[in-house]
Amino acid sequence: MPRFFSQLVFGICVITAVLINTAQAGVSEQRAKELTYLLHQDCGACHGMTLKGGLGPPLLPQNLINMSVADISAVITYGRVGTPMPPWKAILTDNDIHWLSKTLKAESNE
Amino acid sequence: MNNCQRLLISTLLFLPSLMIFADCGTLRGTGDLLLIIERMTGSVVIAETTNNTKLCQLTGLGDLSHASVVYSRDQRYAFVFGRDGGLTKIDMLLGQINKRIIQSGNAIGGAISQDGSLVAVSNYTPGGVNIFSSETLELVAKIPTPKSSKSKKSRVVGLTDAPDKRFVFSLFDTGEIWIANMSNLKKPEITKFTGIGKQPYDGLITPDGRHYIAGLFGEDGLALLDLWHPEKGIKRILGNYGKGQKKLPVYKMPHLEGWAIAGNHAFLPAVGQHKVMVVNRNDWTQEKAINVHSQPVFAIGRPDGRQVWVNFAFPDNDTIQVIDTDTLTIVKTMTLGKGILHMEFTPRGEQVWISVRDKDQVVIFDTQSFKSVNTLNVIKPSGIFNTSRAHKIGL
Ligand code: HEC
Repeated sequence: MPRFFSQLVFGICVITAVLINTAQAGVSEQRAKELTYLLHQDCGACHGMTLKGGLGPPLLPQNLINMSVADISAVITYGRVGTPMPPWKAILTDNDIHWLSKTLKAESNE
Repeated sequence: MNNCQRLLISTLLFLPSLMIFADCGTLRGTGDLLLIIERMTGSVVIAETTNNTKLCQLTGLGDLSHASVVYSRDQRYAFVFGRDGGLTKIDMLLGQINKRIIQSGNAIGGAISQDGSLVAVSNYTPGGVNIFSSETLELVAKIPTPKSSKSKKSRVVGLTDAPDKRFVFSLFDTGEIWIANMSNLKKPEITKFTGIGKQPYDGLITPDGRHYIAGLFGEDGLALLDLWHPEKGIKRILGNYGKGQKKLPVYKMPHLEGWAIAGNHAFLPAVGQHKVMVVNRNDWTQEKAINVHSQPVFAIGRPDGRQVWVNFAFPDNDTIQVIDTDTLTIVKTMTLGKGILHMEFTPRGEQVWISVRDKDQVVIFDTQSFKSVNTLNVIKPSGIFNTSRAHKIGL
């Protein structure tokens, strides 16, 4: 019983830590999972599943050095008129877009 | 030794020692085989349409997002074009990778020549077309494309084979259509058509090999080239479709492969609209637009032409619709799960195989009753390619 109790406490701690972490980025852990999937599958339809480029340019961190998180968010939100890059504001929330932009800047996607 | 080899090795009657692994003596053909792309895992599944079963899985094919396949004319070998520039030759009978090369940094698709001797790959990075011997995968010719404004070589889309030793393709960045005549392998003869329209995103050839059509993203309509009369140049068709209507954002580019033709009508997915266009095949004018569930990605005709099956772009990619080409109405709407990426008919069309990515399933339907006849577990399936493509112009 004490063992079960300590495991429970530990479990709660871990969950809270994860929650706090993702909450800082503005999306839930579940949403973060969905967005990661969307990034590779649906953004990946044009940018490549590994984000190394396709019809759209590669989106790995080294490709985005000259763009700030705000720049990236603006492109995702409004798209680029005259190019196939579509606006995502009808589908994604500001929080989603901010999280995606930060993810693109900060993480390697391999 | 994998399952496939175990099942198929029996064809190698001259190797009796290996036959202990097989149900002996069962020679088989390849006409009922197909290949399913598993896009996330860089693997493919070989399956068969006689009993609707999986035979084996092959791994190690690299990045297979947007992968496509053509077949050798003996229907034994599949050539898989990967996103990462990988070109893999698969022996469908042995269930083995016969040869694999990385031919560019980023590729979008390919074609096999009329006589089956050449395999051509269209590339994004660097742009251009590379042509290989289908036997050895050795490079035979390179066709570079001009630089676009971003000082990168123009990306190539809509590459297809055409009669008389030709390949035809479109240049996305510079708005061109090129015909490459491969009669002289050392010096392919290129005919260029410039100013064909903004941002051709895909192309197709009619099943008779006469008309090449490029879809345009950057403006209305499509560019048509009559390969019997290239001297007449490019004709813009359907220039009025979508005029005056606000285009919706396009979350997935439509595909123009799997040309659907029934009688006098051809069916094309419209860009940025919830419509499938019905086109008169004789004069290429629009006769009708059928309102569909969302933005179509593929509109693929059943081999007999009676039905056209349509799938849709994100976020509505959980639905499939069937158009009856006789009445030009939708006769069936089905919701199968998110990520319906591709449909492939059996050679004569009594069944259709549909990949449902997010369910890790390929579902097989009877096309007359619309009843599901089997479901196969396949990891994140995308394209499905039947060996019967081997004998069709443009596939
Ligand atoms: C239908 C195709 C398509 C889809 C889907 C798509 N993009 Fe794009 N994207 C493009 C194209 C094409 C460009 C290049 C536009 C240009 O020429 O400036 C682009 C540009 C971008 C850029 C700017 C990159 C740069 O170097 O300028 C970012 C960031 C971006 N996309 C993110 C995304 C994200 C995130 C998603 C998914 C939520 C997404 N895209 C989905 C086609 C697409």
